[in-house]
Amino acid sequence: MSFQPYVPPEQLIKDRSEYARKGIAKGRSVVAVDYADGLLFLAENPSATLHKISEIYDKIAFAGVGRYSEFEDLRIAGVRLADLRGYSYGREDVTAKTVANAYAQALNNIFTTQMKPYEVEILVGQVGDSPAGNELFHILYDGSVTDEKGYVAMGGRSEELAGHLRDDYKEGLSLEESVRLATTALSKVEENSVEAENLEAAVLDRSRGRRKFRRLNDQELARIVQA
Amino acid sequence: MTGPTAGFPDPAYPLGANPSFADLLRASTPEPAGTVTGSPSGTAPAFAGRAEVPYGTTVLAIKFAAGVVMAGDRRAVEGFSIADERIEKVFPADASSAVAIAGAAGQATEIVRLFQTELEHYEKVEGDRLSLEGKANRLAQMIRQNFPMALQGLVVLPLFAGFDERRSEGRLFRYDVTGGRWEEADFHAAGSGATHARATLKKRWRADLDRDAAIRAAVEALYDASQEDVATGGPIPLRGIYPTVKAITTEGVTPIPDEDVKAAFEAIVGETHEAPRRPGGSQAREKPSGNEDES
Repeated sequence: MSFQPYVPPEQLIKDRSEYARKGIAKGRSVVAVDYADGLLFLAENPSATLHKISEIYDKIAFAGVGRYSEFEDLRIAGVRLADLRGYSYGREDVTAKTVANAYAQALNNIFTTQMKPYEVEILVGQVGDSPAGNELFHILYDGSVTDEKGYVAMGGRSEELAGHLRDDYKEGLSLEESVRLATTALSKVEENSVEAENLEAAVLDRSRGRRKFRRLNDQELARIVQA
Repeated sequence: MTGPTAGFPDPAYPLGANPSFADLLRASTPEPAGTVTGSPSGTAPAFAGRAEVPYGTTVLAIKFAAGVVMAGDRRAVEGFSIADERIEKVFPADASSAVAIAGAAGQATEIVRLFQTELEHYEKVEGDRLSLEGKANRLAQMIRQNFPMALQGLVVLPLFAGFDERRSEGRLFRYDVTGGRWEEADFHAAGSGATHARATLKKRWRADLDRDAAIRAAVEALYDASQEDVATGGPIPLRGIYPTVKAITTEGVTPIPDEDVKAAFEAIVGETHEAPRRPGGSQAREKPSGNEDES
């Protein structure tokens, strides 16, 4: 048995957090905004196929930043959890809280027991029947969860981003306004204008049928951003 | 390894990137619904012929110029009694395909639910829809898994139709109890009244049917089947019960409203009523009085 030097737990956690935070800081950010008809998720993402934002269930969406392979893993696990729940109980029994708790447990478990922590941050959003019913859960690499209202920024420069959003956000924005708010905040942080074709955006729109998730396509985004 | 599975259903990681919901369900529950592996001998009761459970009866599908029309009557029978007069047998499978099922109603609805979840699950995990061919094969595998139950009398016979975006045409598949999957070029019917429904469809089918003509042919075929087969329910205007009809086109799966089905039915009945009846001839198509009790 090899000799293991004593490392105090505070140090261990600090090292791991630092490692995870560095990894996350390398990637681009994701913004979520509560608008009049639901929730908007927007990210700068040059790839058209490797999504940062996806559908989990009827009213629930997922967004991840950091290492793609790791949050993709978590995304699939979330879809599986939601579909199994909805199949064995009922469709309305699947909630963002359940999914967020599962992510928190999984990430906490990875953070404390695995060789390296996951370099990811995750957002789980659920659109309610009224704006007051919207839910946004922000889950960090160590499994800590926060319940957010109005807007969330996560990723490398999330604090700066959140600052810009705080200045201009107000309740009841239209879809166009909220897209422009999010894009402007991203451009300010990136210090150059963000092209519409490098944006990935999706909404949970409460006016839709059973499945509320919808991606905004490039033409639609370009039209909104240029207007 | 106490891996990153905490908080998630157990097979989440060992399954890797497998996008199948049915496989996930099988891996996570010892005996999942819809994939029952009944033992034909031993403790399981062997049904002599048909079990006393509800059976859905006649469903049909007919291709037309812009897609496929699917229809089903509303009756379920349990032995010699009517179990249900308003059962639904035609379901959207996803945005661009639909499935209609005849046979043991409990098994059938469970298979449909599993199939719907399977398609949506694949779409979410892969970020892309299955091809129509892929969907049809997946359904075949589910029917094959039901084969032990079919041997005990719980037969499930689906029809599957969808709009194939890659070929830009409507396509229609029928199945047998062993999971055999056969593509039909024009129309098909399944269930107890299928023979009679097919006879009507054969007379009415043309390659260039429009949507309304296809709906009319479907309603007429179901009506004819209901006149010949006790297990097939006809329209009951007095209680507002009409066959379920759905059109599958490039716009997706559209349910045809009852008023349109009613109009088609009334046109058919009006036509047969006006035609002079041959003395002493067949009365196969009597005008119904609206309530079966009076007829």
